[in-house]
Amino acid sequence: MKFGVVVFPGSNCDHDAHHAIGKILDQPVDFIWHQSENLDGLDAVVLPGGFSYGDYLRTGAIARFSPVMRAVERFARRGGLVLGICNGFQILLEAGLLPGAMLRNRGLRFVCRHVWVRVETAATPFTAAARPGQVLRIPIAHSDGNYTADPETLAELERDERIVFRYVTPDGRRDESANPNGSAADVAGIVNREGNVLGLMPHPERAVEALMGSTDGLVIFRSMVQSLIRQPQVTA
Amino acid sequence: MSDTTHPQPATGPPAPAEPVVTAEVAAQHGMTAEEFDRMRAMLGRDPTFTELGIFSVQWSEHCSYKSSRVHLKRLPTRGPQVIEGPGENAGVVDIGDGLCAVFKIESHNHPSFVEPHQGAATGVGGILRDIFTMGARPIAVLDSLRFGPIGEGSGVPAAVTARNRRILDGVIGGISFYGNCFGVPTVGGEIRFERGYSGNPLVNVLALGIARRDGLFLAKARGDGNPVVYVGARTGRDGIHGASLLASAEFSEQSQQKRPNVQVADPFMEKLLLEACLEAMASGAVLGIQDMGAAGLTCSTSEMAAHGGTGIEIDLRLVPRRESGMTPYEIMLSESQERMLLVCDRGREAELTGIFRKWGLEAMEIGRVTGDGLMRVLDGGRTVAEIPARPLCDEGPVYARPIAPPAPAASERLAEFGLEGETLTPALERVLASPDVASKRWVWEQYDHMVRTNTVVGPGRGDAAVLRVKETGRGLALSTDGNGRWCRLDPFTGAMHAVAEAARNVAASGARPMAATNCLNFGNPEKPGVMWQFSRAIDGIAEACNALRTPITGGNVSFYNETLGEPIDPTPVIGILGLLDDASAALGMSFRAEGHRIVLLDGAGPDGSGAVDRGRLAREFSSSEYARTVLELASGAPPAIDLAAENRLIDGLVALASARLAVSAHDLSDGGLAVALAECSFGTEGLASQVECSGNLPVEAALFDERGARALVTVEAARLARLLELAAQYGIAAYVLGRVGRGDFRLAYNGHEAVRAPVARLEDLWSNAIERVLTASLPVAG
Repeated sequence: MKFGVVVFPGSNCDHDAHHAIGKILDQPVDFIWHQSENLDGLDAVVLPGGFSYGDYLRTGAIARFSPVMRAVERFARRGGLVLGICNGFQILLEAGLLPGAMLRNRGLRFVCRHVWVRVETAATPFTAAARPGQVLRIPIAHSDGNYTADPETLAELERDERIVFRYVTPDGRRDESANPNGSAADVAGIVNREGNVLGLMPHPERAVEALMGSTDGLVIFRSMVQSLIRQPQVTA
Repeated sequence: MSDTTHPQPATGPPAPAEPVVTAEVAAQHGMTAEEFDRMRAMLGRDPTFTELGIFSVQWSEHCSYKSSRVHLKRLPTRGPQVIEGPGENAGVVDIGDGLCAVFKIESHNHPSFVEPHQGAATGVGGILRDIFTMGARPIAVLDSLRFGPIGEGSGVPAAVTARNRRILDGVIGGISFYGNCFGVPTVGGEIRFERGYSGNPLVNVLALGIARRDGLFLAKARGDGNPVVYVGARTGRDGIHGASLLASAEFSEQSQQKRPNVQVADPFMEKLLLEACLEAMASGAVLGIQDMGAAGLTCSTSEMAAHGGTGIEIDLRLVPRRESGMTPYEIMLSESQERMLLVCDRGREAELTGIFRKWGLEAMEIGRVTGDGLMRVLDGGRTVAEIPARPLCDEGPVYARPIAPPAPAASERLAEFGLEGETLTPALERVLASPDVASKRWVWEQYDHMVRTNTVVGPGRGDAAVLRVKETGRGLALSTDGNGRWCRLDPFTGAMHAVAEAARNVAASGARPMAATNCLNFGNPEKPGVMWQFSRAIDGIAEACNALRTPITGGNVSFYNETLGEPIDPTPVIGILGLLDDASAALGMSFRAEGHRIVLLDGAGPDGSGAVDRGRLAREFSSSEYARTVLELASGAPPAIDLAAENRLIDGLVALASARLAVSAHDLSDGGLAVALAECSFGTEGLASQVECSGNLPVEAALFDERGARALVTVEAARLARLLELAAQYGIAAYVLGRVGRGDFRLAYNGHEAVRAPVARLEDLWSNAIERVLTASLPVAG
C-alpha cells in the first residue's frame, strides 16, 4: 500500500501530510510533483493544504489545470482513494470531482482554530474506523471554507449520505455558533458519488499527535489504511 | 583606483542623461555636507547620480546604523552557544545534534504606517528571507506590535482611534496574508496600545528557522570569476527609497503620500523562492547568498563583496525587469520584494538554473565576482558606478550624537491606596478588559499558527510559544517583550525589564533561555533627549543580558519614529530564545485539574517582602497597568529590578518543568497577581482560582503590583512537598496560595474577599474585549 502527497507550487501542508502518513502512521508515502502525470503504484493520493499557485485567481482554480490533476482524475475514476484537505478540497471542487464551490468565510477573515466535526457516516473508506456520530476535534485554517451548492445538490448530498463531516458543538449538536465559516448545511467535508474522493476543510494531518493537542485526525488516515487492506487498489 | 576606470558621463545608448550631482542634490537624498565630502573623498572624484543613490541608501540610518553603532558595541554578543552573532543576516545558536536555530527580529514601522497591509506583509517577507538566506527553513514567526488607542474613552479623538483601528486591521491582515500563504506559523508576540503610537505604529517581526550546522550559508562573495546570479521576482519601480529612506526621517503630514514608496508583497513568490533556494543550497552549487531587502541590489552586491573581501561587477541590462525605461539609479535602489542574489560555483550554472526553473523562477547571471574590491555597475557598455565595496559598507559615517537627559519631571500625581475592605472585582474586570491585557484571540485566530505541525504551545496558551524540533524531539521557546511606558519613565530599568520578562516567559514554558535578539524603536536620534533614551536602554539591555546569560545575536534599530515632532515612547523589544531538552515537558499557563495546588514563586527569596517603603511603592505602582486603567495614571517609575532574583526564578522554573513537578506556569506581569490568577483560570472549562493570601502591602498593590521575578505554578497536591523542596534549593520563596477549584474565581487578601466573580464573566471580558472594541456590538455576558 502506498500514499502519494501532491506538491503544487504553493502547497504548504505537504510536509505535514507526509509526516502524518510516513512517520505517525508508518505507511509508505511519496511526494508527487504537480507536473507529473504518473500515479503508478499509488493506492491513495492526498491533495494537501496551502495556497496552490498563490490562489491568486480563486482558490484551487489554477491548480486544477496542472498535469497531475489529469492523472488524479483518471486515478479517481478507477476507484483510487483521493483525500483533499483544505486547499485540496477547493481544488477538487474546481476540478469537478466534487460538487459545489467555496465562498469567503462568513466573517471575511482567515480563521485558524480547533473546531469539532461530527462523523455523519462511517460508510466511506475515510471514516470506516470511526463510529457514526463520533465528534472529532480537528483544526481549521482557511479564508475560503464557506461551502455552497445549489439546493438540489445539497438535497442530493444529504439524501445519499455524502455529507461526511459537519461542524458541531463539542457535545455534537448542530448549532450556528459551531459553524466557523458559514458553510451550507454545516458542511465540513463531502464525498463523491462513488465514495472514493473526499474533500474536507479541517486538517486531520494536524491532529495526529497528542503533543499537537489532538489525535482525532488519525481515524481518517486509519480508515483509509484499513479500507485499502480490505480492498487493495488495482493500479493503472 | 585608476583614472581609466572612471565612470563616464552619460554618452552611451538609450539611457537618459543623469542629473549632475551637487551638494544640493545630495542634500535632497538626505546626505549632510560632511557625508557628501566623505563620499567624494572615498571616490576621489565627483559621484555619478547612480553612485549618489547608492551612497545615500547605504549610508542611510536604516542601512548604516550610523547613530547607533557606537552604542551597540556595548551589548554582549558572545557565548559558547552562539555560532553567528550580529552582522550576519540573522543570529545563529547551537541547539544540539548538529542543528542550529537561526533567528532575528526586525522592524517595518514606517511602511506599516504609510500602507499598513503591504507594509506589515513585506515586513514578514523581509525577515523570512533573512532566515532562509542562511540556509535555514523558517519554522515560526512572532510579531511585536504597537498601536495607538483603538477604543473610545481613551481621551483620544474619535478620528484618531478610527484610524488606529484601520491601521491595526491592515497590519494584522498583512501579517496573516503573508505568513499563512508562505506556510510559516505565526505563533506569538505581543500587542500594546499607547497614545504615542497613534502616528507611528510599530511592526516588529521575529522569525525563527532551523538549519543543519554544516549547512549554514553566509553573505559572502567568493572566487574571482564566479557568476553572480539574480533569482526571484523581477525588478520594478516599487519601493524605491522604501525601507531605507522612509525609515531614516520623521513623518510629516504628507507621509501618507509616500504610499508608492512602500513595496508590494507576494508571499507565493517567496514560498517558491524558499523552496528553490534551499534546494539550490543543498546542491552545493551555491557559494554565497544574500537577499535583496532594504536598498535592494545596492546592499546585496556591496555587502557580499565587502564581506567576502572581493569585488562584484554586474550589468544592469541583464537584470530581469517588469517595467521598461528604468534608469540605473532606479534599478539599483528598487526594493521590489522576493529577490535574491547568489554566487554560483563556476561550471554549475546550468544545474542552478534548472533548480530555479523547476520552481518556476528565473535565474539570471548578471555579473561576476572580481578580485579588485570594487562594486562595479555597468549599464550595457557604460560604467554607471564604481565604488570600493568595503569602504562603502564599513567606512561610512559614524556619529556619537549628543546626549542629554531630560529635565526632571515636574511633580506628578502618584497612585494612592486605600481600598482595604472593599471589593476589587470591578477593578479586575476593567484591567482584564484593557486592550493591553485582554486576550489577543481576535488577532491570532487570523494567523495560521499550526502549519508545519510543530506548535506545542501556541498563541494565548502560555507565556512563550513552544515549537518542537521534529528531528530531535527538543523544543524551542520564544517570547518577545517590551514596555514603552516603563522605558519612557526610565529607559535603563525599562529595558532591563524587557529582557527579564522575555527570559521569564521562556523559563515559564520550561525552556532554558539561551540567546536574545533586539529591535530598538526610538525617535529622532538627532535629538539629544532621544539619544539619551537610546543609550540608557542599551546599558539596561547589556546589563540584563549579561546577568541572564542571553547574548544579543542580532536585531535592528529603528530611529525616526516620530510624527509631527512627537516621538514614540522609547520601545526596545527583546526576543528571547530558549531550549527544552524534551518538547513534551513544555508548560502552558492554564490550570489543568481541580485540586491542584497554586503556588506563587518569588525569586527575591524568603526575605523579599520585608518592610514596605510606601513612597517607593506609590511611585512604582503608578506605572502599572492598574494605575493606567483604573487610576488613569502613567507616572512614577517602573518597579526596581533584581536580576539575581530573576536568575533564581528562571533556574527554578526550568528545574520544576524538567522534573515534571509543575503542571502549569505563568509569570506575573501586566496586572500582577490578580490578572495572572484570572488568566490561569481561563482555558480549561470549569476551573477557577480560589486563593487566599496575606501580607503587609495595600490591597491594590498586593493584587496588581507588577514587581518582577515572580510566577504562579500549579502542582498535584501529592507532589506539593517535593515542589516546595526544589524551590527552596533554588533559593526561591514559594507561597501556597490555594487550590484550583470549581465555581467562582475567588481571591481573598488578609482575610477579606477582595475579588469574587464567575470565571465565565471574567473570561468573556478578557477574551472578547478587542473584538468588542472593534465591532462595538458584542454584548457582555454574565
